[in-house]
Amino acid sequence: MTNPNALLHRRDVVNELLRDRADLLVIAGLGAPNWDVSAAGDHPNNFPLWGAMGAAAMIGLGLALAQPKRKVLVITGDGEMLMNIGSLATIAVEAPKNLTVAVLDNERFGETGMQKTPTASGVDLAAIATACGIRTSRIVRTMAEVTELRELAHAGRGTAFAQIKINPEALVFVMPPADGVILATRFRQSVLGDEALYN
Amino acid sequence: MAEAAKSRSEAPAALPTWPDEIYRALKDAGVRQVAMVPDAGHSRLIRSFEADPETRVVTLTTEEEGVAMLAGAWLGGERGVLLLQSSGVGNCINMLSLPVICHMPLLMIVTMRGDWGEFNPWQIPMGQGTRPSLEAMGVIVNKVDEPDLVASTVQGAANLAFNTWKPVAVLIGQRVLGAKNFKELARK
Repeated sequence: MTNPNALLHRRDVVNELLRDRADLLVIAGLGAPNWDVSAAGDHPNNFPLWGAMGAAAMIGLGLALAQPKRKVLVITGDGEMLMNIGSLATIAVEAPKNLTVAVLDNERFGETGMQKTPTASGVDLAAIATACGIRTSRIVRTMAEVTELRELAHAGRGTAFAQIKINPEALVFVMPPADGVILATRFRQSVLGDEALYN
Repeated sequence: MAEAAKSRSEAPAALPTWPDEIYRALKDAGVRQVAMVPDAGHSRLIRSFEADPETRVVTLTTEEEGVAMLAGAWLGGERGVLLLQSSGVGNCINMLSLPVICHMPLLMIVTMRGDWGEFNPWQIPMGQGTRPSLEAMGVIVNKVDEPDLVASTVQGAANLAFNTWKPVAVLIGQRVLGAKNFKELARK
């Protein structure tokens, strides 16, 4: 029996978001979202972060502006998003159609001992995104809604934001390459072609 | 008569040309994304970019957003520049890990406070800490204090950043920008 009130499992969510990913470009925030995206399959079109907390959404913005014909999906955590919550204002103003920000919200700082984040006390990231001006902004609690979010990300019809409520489970780390030069170079080569290896 | 004489003697000096020169240098370097937290010293350059349909000017809520944004731009094949005041350098420190460890170009143009002729004591800590903070993070720093040398310094920094895939900051000193005199402003 499936409990309709059960929290989503983060890897189910990410596997669904990245199902038949086609040429989707993915930025993963540091910590568990990086491991989740890597567990769904290491891919040259992933740029998983191992540091620079707070960077994920803004890397997504710069990439979305540089590659307006590609779809960009940022998958990050609630702590990472909160560290640069102002970037939602910046992104809302720029409003790239091809950018979706999906926050896996376990209401915890998972890498450091599962301490509560502000979302555990009710801070509503989706409402913040809406108030910034991202009209397609929602809290996601079911796999059906995750599938809808996947479709939004692939359609690229407007900036979208989702706060996906997930179970605060600690899972085995699935790690991509750690070297930033490898990650950046393979991403650029995949997106831009061999030209990217030259200046 | 007296009024006319006064206005002649107080006529402003010709507008500095370096903001237009660095606009050209940045255009020649292929800059398409301009990330910025405004500073008075950058206002003319910002207006040039805003009037340019080829460049996207993005106003940030904090300067570190720009470091991340320009990393994304680079991943997508576009070049950019981050315009900020020296106080904003402090906001960028951990985010600089990203271009440093990934060998990404990053061009920062920093207008200085807490430097030559500063009046506001609160600007001193970060102004004096700007160069050592950047250098501690592995950013190459070029400071310029002569208006005539601003454009060539920016051009060289752009080449360095984009040809060697390194973060580079140009610090434009208050000798170039002129220091505000708050006591005078308070009297007006």
